[in-house]
Amino acid sequence: MNTPRYYVPARSHWPILGAFAVFLTLFSMASIIHESTHSQVSMFSIAMAVVAGFLMLYMLFGWFSEVVNEGLRGLNSDQLKRSFRISMGWFIFSEVMFFAGFFGALFYARTFSVPWIGGEGVKGISGMLWEGFTAHWPLVKTPDMTQFQGPMGLIDAWSLPFINTVLLIVSSFTLTFAHHSLRHENKAKTLFWLRSTLFLGAAFLCVQVAEYGHAIHELNLTVSSGIYGSTFYMLTGFHGAHVTLGAIMIFVMYRRVDNGHFTPDDHFGFEAAAWYWHFVDVVWLMLFTFVYVL
Amino acid sequence: MSQTGVLEGADAPTDEEHHHGPDKGILRWVYTTNHKDIGTMYLLLALGSLLIGGVMAFVIRAELFQPGLQLVDPNFFNQMTTMHGLIMVFGAIMPAFVGLANWLIPMMIGAPDMALPRINNWSFWLLPFAFSMLLSTLFMEGGAPNFGWTFYAPLSTTYAPPSVTFFIFAVHIMGISSVMGAVNVIVTIFNMRAPGMTFMKMPLFVWTWLITAFLLIAVMPVLAGVVTMMLMDIHFGASFFNAAGGGDPVLFQHVFWFFGHPEVYIMILPAFGIISHIISTFSRKPLFGYTSMVFATSSIAILSFIVWAHHMFTVGMPLAGELFFMYSTMLIAVPTGVKVFNWVTTMFRGSMTFETPMLFAIAFVVLFTIGGLSGLMLAIAPADFQYHDTYFVVAHFHYVLVPGALFSILAAVYYWLPKWCGRMYNESLGKWHFWLSFIGVNLTFFPMHFVGLAGMPRRIPDYALQFADFNAVVSVGAFLFGASQLIFIYNVWRTTIGKKGIKATDLVWEKPEGLEWTALPSPVPYHTFQTPPKVD
Amino acid sequence: MKRVGFSAVSALLLLITSQSALAEWGLNMTEGVTRVSHEVHDLHMTIFYICVAIAVVVFGVMLYSIIYHRKSRGAKAENFHESTVVEIIWTVIPLVILVGMCIPATATLIDMYDNTDSEIDIQVTGYQWKWRYTYLNEGVDFFSNLSTPSEQLDNTQDKNINYLLEVDKPLVLPVDTKVRFLFTSKDVIHSWWVPELAVKKDTIPGFINESWTKIDKPGIYRGQCTELCGKGHGYMPIVVKAVSKQEYKTWVTAQAVAQAAAKEIKDMSFDELMIQGEKVYNTNCAACHKKDGTGIPPMFPALKDSSIAMGDISNHIKIVLKGKQGTAMSAFAEQLSVSDIASVVTYERNAWGNNKGDYATPMSVKKIKDNK
Ligand code: HEA
Ligand code: HEA
Ligand code: HEC
Ligand code: CUA
Ligand SMILES: [Cu+2]
Repeated sequence: MNTPRYYVPARSHWPILGAFAVFLTLFSMASIIHESTHSQVSMFSIAMAVVAGFLMLYMLFGWFSEVVNEGLRGLNSDQLKRSFRISMGWFIFSEVMFFAGFFGALFYARTFSVPWIGGEGVKGISGMLWEGFTAHWPLVKTPDMTQFQGPMGLIDAWSLPFINTVLLIVSSFTLTFAHHSLRHENKAKTLFWLRSTLFLGAAFLCVQVAEYGHAIHELNLTVSSGIYGSTFYMLTGFHGAHVTLGAIMIFVMYRRVDNGHFTPDDHFGFEAAAWYWHFVDVVWLMLFTFVYVL
Repeated sequence: MSQTGVLEGADAPTDEEHHHGPDKGILRWVYTTNHKDIGTMYLLLALGSLLIGGVMAFVIRAELFQPGLQLVDPNFFNQMTTMHGLIMVFGAIMPAFVGLANWLIPMMIGAPDMALPRINNWSFWLLPFAFSMLLSTLFMEGGAPNFGWTFYAPLSTTYAPPSVTFFIFAVHIMGISSVMGAVNVIVTIFNMRAPGMTFMKMPLFVWTWLITAFLLIAVMPVLAGVVTMMLMDIHFGASFFNAAGGGDPVLFQHVFWFFGHPEVYIMILPAFGIISHIISTFSRKPLFGYTSMVFATSSIAILSFIVWAHHMFTVGMPLAGELFFMYSTMLIAVPTGVKVFNWVTTMFRGSMTFETPMLFAIAFVVLFTIGGLSGLMLAIAPADFQYHDTYFVVAHFHYVLVPGALFSILAAVYYWLPKWCGRMYNESLGKWHFWLSFIGVNLTFFPMHFVGLAGMPRRIPDYALQFADFNAVVSVGAFLFGASQLIFIYNVWRTTIGKKGIKATDLVWEKPEGLEWTALPSPVPYHTFQTPPKVD
Repeated sequence: MKRVGFSAVSALLLLITSQSALAEWGLNMTEGVTRVSHEVHDLHMTIFYICVAIAVVVFGVMLYSIIYHRKSRGAKAENFHESTVVEIIWTVIPLVILVGMCIPATATLIDMYDNTDSEIDIQVTGYQWKWRYTYLNEGVDFFSNLSTPSEQLDNTQDKNINYLLEVDKPLVLPVDTKVRFLFTSKDVIHSWWVPELAVKKDTIPGFINESWTKIDKPGIYRGQCTELCGKGHGYMPIVVKAVSKQEYKTWVTAQAVAQAAAKEIKDMSFDELMIQGEKVYNTNCAACHKKDGTGIPPMFPALKDSSIAMGDISNHIKIVLKGKQGTAMSAFAEQLSVSDIASVVTYERNAWGNNKGDYATPMSVKKIKDNK
């Protein structure tokens, strides 16, 4: 062994492309949303969005392939591997805080603003501005029904949402089984459990879509049906987006397992996807409890 | 995510190209993964933003020079105030600190580079795009955001100009950049320290940045969340901030300030680190109370999560909330005091000299403390009913931000520039810069206390006659302060690009502590450490 | 080197002393005219002096070191860098000082939050950019607008002494009476502040905040909106006229009579409508639609050549009465009398080259208003 020597990073064109892709994606989204309220969505914005989408895919695919390839060629030192683990952990923490903001809004509405408007609590005097409104949760009859048409009914926690809870919990287990199989070098089993996880995730998303359909068409529960609808869609919507992302990650891991990228003790990509999946699962449990049940 | 790290000897792959010097041309900067290049770009971006934000401040001060409407109409004035605040906070101070982190953290902990060099470059390049998007709103129909840098709903939702959508997405991009940047800093510090560099041996700048990065990761996503809620309210009929649907405009403020208060400490903790280094070097004495500095910084960070509503004393919170936030806010004075006392004690019985960095550092201690003490006055809820949203608040936060954060950045540049580029800056120009800035800054921001106490609200384009004299003084001060920054720009230019000035020694100063001085030559080679340095 | 250090010192001293000196010159927080405002002022002075004392000690030690422990004087650096004892001391002492500050602060705050036993209740509603005062028990209800002429804002006329701090109709309050305020807003958040009363409360749309005052001395007290509320934020002053209880009673009665009279509908000639219309327009509408009717598109549409002002008159009246939900255009039905609305509509249809020629009558406005 000679003395440890530091490695030098190579230059890369992915970051600038990544920055531009993010910019173009968000800029085109902003244009489309802006135009949809203020004029008409222009072809230019749509074209921009399409280009941005392709660029984003190209960038993500290219960048991640490069990272994967470096890993496969054994370029990653133990230290770098540790760096990856730590960063993934902190990244998930940032996601936790993102959801924390929305949960905060939910709790605030339930414990403060809705009761106050309904004439209860320390600032209950505000109720004099909203005659005929009484506080209740989930909020069905909004303070001003002409502006915000409340929903006609609510989703029963013990119907579709419960099924979804079961699906996600089971999927966490199947993913853990997949991890065990990977550790024991049983490729067939790993793939089987990953398939099951993916299947459960997809089922979850289908149920979620069905539930949204039911909510929108039969219950008239939409983003604009008052604060309940707003928090409901904000939380479940962003959760759904995260499930989708998690599922994509697991799909990639499926391909990578299939291609023999992982060894029993070196498979951080897999673990990162698993962490993410478990995080999404925990968020759902919070959602199920606070949005649907309580 | 590129390959950096310790490679164990012989079986290290050798097929990757090794760059031992920078590439040529613009692509060097675009494709770079080098922490120094990225640091330099961050610093230049910050300087550019400082000029843009400074010009906006000039517009504000020119309009306020005399009572009456002279230059701009009230709506444009509000746009200037808003953009000035946003650009200074997100474009000048924060990127400047990230730039310093990039330059210094690897050098201070004995690492070859940041842990994730490609992510590092990505974090940087997101910013020019974000700020182009933000600035482009100035040219949009209806004008730029005009609702203050705190963008309270419903002024920023139902009543906002159409460009608000672009503002929201610009904030999202900045958020991604800050979070990725902060993750990078944390990983670098956790994982890239040279053997022997234990946590309690880390230089304070590294410590304060570690804690700052934690704050960033914890609160930037919350900012992203709150602007997303705005987007939903504006375009999709949600009612987060609308009582007619069961929401509450005050909810916006709670979420915003949950981000916003830690944000102001994000802008001061790295400054604390910088000042600790400089004072110790020019007092020729080890920093007093290193351990307590670390604990004080941590306490400030933790407390910063439970004080947010001191910005909201007048929104009509229940009494219990009011008291809680008053007490918790006042508590922050204790750890901050510990830091101030430690600095003073470091100077005590030292052997001081007063080079430009030290002058800025001393001014920092004095003027930051003045700003901190006025902060303490603001924390007293019943008194804040009289101070809130007046120029007294404007005075407070400029004292902590301009002679606070900004001075610390200037001090840092003077202090480390010889190490970075191998040449000494011009000392007498530095002194001129300091004294003009010092006079200018006080002329600008001190009288604001008076007009504030006498009753002048903030964010107004025109004011009653009794405030006229002091406002004229303030405006003159602002021009003096702004103009003196040109000396700084010239001084840095002539040292770096102009290559004037004597060659710096490796130590640069008489007896500085830290790996960047003792283990690296001046200028630092393009690749910082090829092998881990010895840490004792 | 020495000179530099000394000028720093003198600049510092100047800073510290000038603040306390100037405090006596009337650049300090007002003592105000209520018990609470006195308490707040005392609290402010107490914490201010404590802060000055702390600053003097801290900067004093620093100054001492800067003067005596400088290298140019041959000072040799010592090497001490730790002492748990002093660290504890300078943690505990500030803590004690803070607790000392908390006690009076808490007492004052609790006092300010005690809204019980009020004799008069007034609802204060913020609008972009004016205040509405509703005396909940007396049936008095009016708007209060900035009355500084726009020529003074544009610097084409000399500014008078109460520039930007004067209104057409002040809030009239009796002295020695506990008045409770109920703050709310119709559009964005505003904040109602009168320094002499030490009352500053945000007006939150959809919610009510309470506060109270009890004025000791008759007089005129001026304040401003202190929460950024859009373009006219700098132009929504508050004037409180405190009068004796007797005077207050007479005022209330007179108001009731005047308000009843305003409800009566008189016929008005075209010229009368135009004259009154211009006045109403300039106080209520010009802030957004500009004096010359050109507006600030796209935020605030122009009325000159606008399809509504030049189109069907009943639509024109309707939009003024009901406003437009979700925009800055508020419903004026309750803010303006029918004759005001008739005249402003007439004015808009015939001013700035909008020579439509038709006009609205108070009666026709009333019809549309009653039809809902
Ligand atoms: C770098 C940024 C920074 C920093 C460090 C601080 C530090 C502090 N700030 Fe400040 N603040 C801002 C930036 C900052 N602030 C900004 C930008 C705003 C306005 C936002 C907006 O509305 O636009 C604001 C507004 C603001 C308000 C709201 C005012 C209002 O709108 O009505 C309050 C109220 O409590 C406050 C308090 C404090 C306190 C108690 C500290 C403390 O941390 C200060 C602690 C320091 C000391 C106290 C001095 C040193 C201590 C000693 C020498 C020890 C002995 C002292 C005692 C025992 C008293 N700040
Ligand atoms: C974060 C840091 C920061 C910094 C550095 C500054 C710097 C300055 N600020 Fe800023 N300010 C804020 C943060 C900051 N501010 C915030 C957060 C707000 C609240 C916004 C809100 O209410 O929403 C605010 C609000 C604010 C107001 C209140 C506006 C209002 O309420 O309406 C004023 C008024 O005087 C002001 C003035 C100044 C001045 C004169 C400077 C000077 O220090 C600037 C000096 C200029 C430079 C340093 C640049 C150098 C320029 C040149 C060298 C010119 C050369 C260029 C050409 C000739 C083209 N600021
Ligand atoms: C706070 C700002 C504000 C004030 C004050 C204001 N308006 Fe408006 N007004 C608006 C806005 C915004 C619109 C555009 C509404 C929309 O989007 O259709 C508008 C629209 C109108 C229109 C319709 C014009 C068109 O072409 O669409 C008329 C007529 C009008 N206002 C008359 C008045 C009158 C009369 C007054 C005073 C009594 C007044 N406004 C005061 C903001 C204001
Ligand atoms: Cu109303 Cu500011
Ligand atoms: Cu704060």
